[in-house]
Amino acid sequence: MMEKGLMDKGSVEGQVTEDLMRDTLKTREMWLNMGPQHPSTHGVLRLILALEGERIVDTEIVIGYLHRGMEKLAEAKTYPQFLPYTDRLDYISSHAMNFGYVLAVEKLMGIEVPERAQYIRVMMAELTRISSHLIWLATHALDIGAMTVFLYCFREREMILDLFEMACGARLTTSYFRIGGVAHDLPDGFIEQAREFCKIFPKKAQDYDDLILKNRIWLSRTVNVAKISGEEGLNLGLTGPNIRGSGVYWDIRKDEPYSNYDKLDWEIAVEHGCDVYARYLVRLKEMRESCKIVSQCLDILEKLDGPVMAKVPKVIKPPEGEVYASVEAPKGELGFYIVSDGSPKPYRLKIRAPSFANLISVPTMVRGHMVADVIAVIGSIDVVLGEVDR
Amino acid sequence: MAQELVLVVIKMIVVFAVALLIVAYLTYFERKIIGHMQLRLGPMRVGPHGLLQPIADGLKLFVKEDIVPHDSDRWTFYFAPILNLVCALVLLAVIPFSYNFMVTRLNIGVLYVLSLASVGTIALLLAGWSSGSKYPIMGGLRSAAQIFSYEIFLGFSIMGVLMISGSLDLVKIVEAQSKVWNIVYQPVAFVVYVIAALGELNRVPFDLPEAENELVAGFHTEYSGFKFAYFFLAEYANMIVVSCMAVILFLGGWKGPVLPGIVWFLIKMCAFFYFFIWVRATFPRYRYDQFMRIGWKIMLPIALANIVVTGVVMMLV
Repeated sequence: MMEKGLMDKGSVEGQVTEDLMRDTLKTREMWLNMGPQHPSTHGVLRLILALEGERIVDTEIVIGYLHRGMEKLAEAKTYPQFLPYTDRLDYISSHAMNFGYVLAVEKLMGIEVPERAQYIRVMMAELTRISSHLIWLATHALDIGAMTVFLYCFREREMILDLFEMACGARLTTSYFRIGGVAHDLPDGFIEQAREFCKIFPKKAQDYDDLILKNRIWLSRTVNVAKISGEEGLNLGLTGPNIRGSGVYWDIRKDEPYSNYDKLDWEIAVEHGCDVYARYLVRLKEMRESCKIVSQCLDILEKLDGPVMAKVPKVIKPPEGEVYASVEAPKGELGFYIVSDGSPKPYRLKIRAPSFANLISVPTMVRGHMVADVIAVIGSIDVVLGEVDR
Repeated sequence: MAQELVLVVIKMIVVFAVALLIVAYLTYFERKIIGHMQLRLGPMRVGPHGLLQPIADGLKLFVKEDIVPHDSDRWTFYFAPILNLVCALVLLAVIPFSYNFMVTRLNIGVLYVLSLASVGTIALLLAGWSSGSKYPIMGGLRSAAQIFSYEIFLGFSIMGVLMISGSLDLVKIVEAQSKVWNIVYQPVAFVVYVIAALGELNRVPFDLPEAENELVAGFHTEYSGFKFAYFFLAEYANMIVVSCMAVILFLGGWKGPVLPGIVWFLIKMCAFFYFFIWVRATFPRYRYDQFMRIGWKIMLPIALANIVVTGVVMMLV
């Protein structure tokens, strides 16, 4: 629309030129294929953009490049066997994925999880949230051109991954949670090291703020870009930090508390800007809140002793029935819907993946914006394709 | 006559050989400095502290397969990188590194630099256009937009300096700064020049024609092997030229106490490189319409006002 903007529509000449253009020059929007191999589509996302100059007229999302048929696979696996598959959903926040799955199975079987295991789970889930948001901030900033933030964030994420490695031996695909608790208790020295992280992290978060929070370029790239109102967002199924960036107080940890979240002291991060910048602020605040939760859990875990595993039968055979359990994963509402026929394998398992639902709002957000904004938008809604394609 | 000719040829060889070497090692220093700013080490493997890395990179690009896309406009596709590099290198011919060390003294040096620098940008447009692919075209269009946006205020920002020194000859401009550097008289023009220079160099925050995260690699997406190296060399050669021009126009060229002139010149030039690298490690990228807005609505009026103020002050003093 650059050409049209340059012409003065009010003047006679402007009108004439416009008529001329319409009659003689047949213009057509350009189709641009972005992805699945593109530096900024975060994995294998493919967007087909219809462009008028650099302005976006229409967007089509093409997904499925990472489809592994998880939900179908689940039908051929026993309940514990499916647990490692959940790691591969949102592979940068595997604890949160584990959490959703084990909660659903436990709800189906009516298992009471011991207190200590509950706190370990909450702590791990929150550390995961921090690490996931760090990756988001890193890549989002990189997409907008701020390269240094990227490496700073990975430095802190490394500390979290070291903690994961300490607890369960794996850094990425952890599979630490079990139906009925966690695989084993925290090793010696874990609490001290985690405390160290909680002490350092707020200072490091200040570093990211110093680099971009009030940076004029960052502001001009993010403020008022890709606005989506709370109502529109809800209609499109937005959840997690994305909807909280549009001023909707919705956090499953508060609204439908699971595990021990209601016993801890923390706040929901909400911003009312509805734009890319608001979503950025929400996640920044969330990281700090998560850090608070982790230190509270550490305080409790230091005193609280006990088993980390409930009494669970050797062969897990839930009674016939169906269940839906959801958790607040770093990307939004992660739900597991399981139908059981009383056998050791699920009859049907459906995953409500937050990234999948969030991705659908991209065309709405980017319409009328420029190509450079698409990158900012993909970054701001924070999708992981492992979860989208399943 | 023959002796003079030999002297000029020797000077040319020295300047260009040194320039190409500096260009190669500039990439090394950029990687090292950015690396250390970003908690990394930068190249470490080839040679001690990766000192041979630029040579290894050059060799790699040299032996790579030279791919020409099927839909490309073949001759233009070949021509664009050469034009770009030639434009960047011939600029060095008029740069006075010290009072008597330069390839040629041209009495319209500033004009020469400005005009050839614009031709270099056209090469980017040609490259984008001839690649026959969508991302390069967008990169090329952006660079065309950039020509209009920044060339104008780049030129205007220099105007104040020219008014003070009363000459387009780079040597005379430096000589006019014997007592006080131009940056003292023209601080605003200096800032405008630096911003325009970042645009001219296609560097962060204005690296729109090759915005990696949006346009893959922008205008040189389809280039590979040595043709790609040409663009790369040209970009860094341009960095040298722009830094040299800043030193000459605003920072008193080779003027400085104790040390020989050429050393002072190189010190000031290196400070500029460092600044560009530092900026790259710090800032995000502007959107291209925003860059255009900055150019036309902010920088151009500032540059024009600067000329008016300079003129009025010169009349009164």
